[in-house]
Amino acid sequence: MLYALLCYNDEDVVWAWDKKQDGEVMQRLGVVRDRLEAAGKLGPSLRLLPTTAATTFRKSDPPLVIDGPFAETKEQLLGIYIIDVADLDEALQVARDLGEANPGGAYEIRPLAVYNTGSPEAVAKGVATA
Amino acid sequence: MSHDLAWINAAISAARPQAVGALLRYFRDLDTAEEAFQDACLRALNNWPRNGPPRDPAAWLIMVGRNAALDGVRKRSRQTELPPEDTLSDLDDAETRVAEQIDASDYRDDVLRLMFICCHPDLPATQQVALALRIVSGLSVKQIARAFLASEAAMEQRITRAKARVAAGDAEFATPGPVERAERLAAVAAMLYLVFNEGYSAGDNPARAQLCGEAIRLARLLLRLYQTEPEIMGLLALMLIQHARTPARFDAEGQIVLLEDQDRTLWNRPMINEGLALIDKAMRHRRPGAYQVQAAIAALHARAPTPADTDWAQIDRLYASLERLTPSPVVTLNRAVAVSKVAGPEAALEMIAPLADKLSGYFHFHGLAGALNLELGRHAEARTAFDRAIALANTAAEASHIRQHLDRLMADHPPPDERAATRAK
Repeated sequence: MLYALLCYNDEDVVWAWDKKQDGEVMQRLGVVRDRLEAAGKLGPSLRLLPTTAATTFRKSDPPLVIDGPFAETKEQLLGIYIIDVADLDEALQVARDLGEANPGGAYEIRPLAVYNTGSPEAVAKGVATA
Repeated sequence: MSHDLAWINAAISAARPQAVGALLRYFRDLDTAEEAFQDACLRALNNWPRNGPPRDPAAWLIMVGRNAALDGVRKRSRQTELPPEDTLSDLDDAETRVAEQIDASDYRDDVLRLMFICCHPDLPATQQVALALRIVSGLSVKQIARAFLASEAAMEQRITRAKARVAAGDAEFATPGPVERAERLAAVAAMLYLVFNEGYSAGDNPARAQLCGEAIRLARLLLRLYQTEPEIMGLLALMLIQHARTPARFDAEGQIVLLEDQDRTLWNRPMINEGLALIDKAMRHRRPGAYQVQAAIAALHARAPTPADTDWAQIDRLYASLERLTPSPVVTLNRAVAVSKVAGPEAALEMIAPLADKLSGYFHFHGLAGALNLELGRHAEARTAFDRAIALANTAAEASHIRQHLDRLMADHPPPDERAATRAK
């Protein structure tokens, strides 16, 4: 069974950690991650940049581009895409294309700070499930 | 889950601008607001490790701080006892109520007001920075003194005087209108960039270098409150991209490494990516401003995998628009660097020649003049310019950087009289 763990915390605090504090947390997380990865149980994991770097693409008619993170509480988080594009304009084009295929709701477009692909077994399982 | 002292300190400093800002709105007096906040922090240090951190630390600190200050007033007037510490442990309901009462727009204006009072036009730049570090960031006088290489007593006096100055002026407590808010944002942006530059120009003084991180933290906070302001996006992007180069800016001996000589693999990529994302967002607004243009210039350097890949023609165009937005001889001087790459050192020298009077006391003017003359093989002119630059250097690292140029120049092309002396030996 594949699960996603969605990480929530206070970004004002987390992004104000100094290098040492950040390093210590990452080191502790690394121990857990390494164990999972060795057991073939870790899929892609990533760290997002702060919400101030986010742009929201509302799939209304016409679509609306809004500065900042997705802020409504009416909708729920249903899925995630990771895309590799040149800039925000290209990311917005992807959102537009996806939005035409599946109207309604919104995409929050947030740059990544860190991206790890995970263990081959878990990635292969992902392909099999899909 | 461990909520150790480090976590609590981080939560308190993250909540500080909002909490002190709100307490300032209640009490309309900076000293009372700061005292109330201090009081709330002491109680938090006592309370949070035992009862776990509150869901909304800012709301907790505002409510406890307000109650503590009101209790203090009551105690002084009627000698009634303070409520026992433990009654403060269960704040959940009250805290939620307060959090609901504090409208998001009040929060925004509270934080902006707190930052804005540090931008008093009568205060010289360094005092604005010191005051902001004290009341917005909550750094201790000792920390600030260390950053400015001043004695603690002198810094204490400077901050007290600056506070008296802003207290004498009438801080505006009514909700600002759109024009006023825009003016405040512009003043605060300039002040945050001053804080950043204090850190950026610090060389290898770590106490001062941490001001860069502090300026970035406050700019992120400001942008979170004013999410659609392209100039705040530009300011944050500019600071992030410049700060990302920190690990490559000095060598092991603390000497400056020029942009073109820096090891670009040492640049902090996530930080650059955050900056690039922000500048992309800002440009969509089509409301250019000085911070956005400077961030766009920094972004072009960040996007070039090697110095040879730098898009100097585009940088030249961006500096030209910066000259229109904020005309200044220093901007023209910076543009001349781009011109030297696009059109050669001769054209760049021509461009900076008219600046000689205005920038005669400016280190970078003579540094660039020296480098351009050196490139053209005009050794005597280069030597004169480098000598002037050394005399005007602001830090030891700047001086020794020019010294290296000069030493190399002297070794390769000794001046005529010394050459004669050498031959005579």
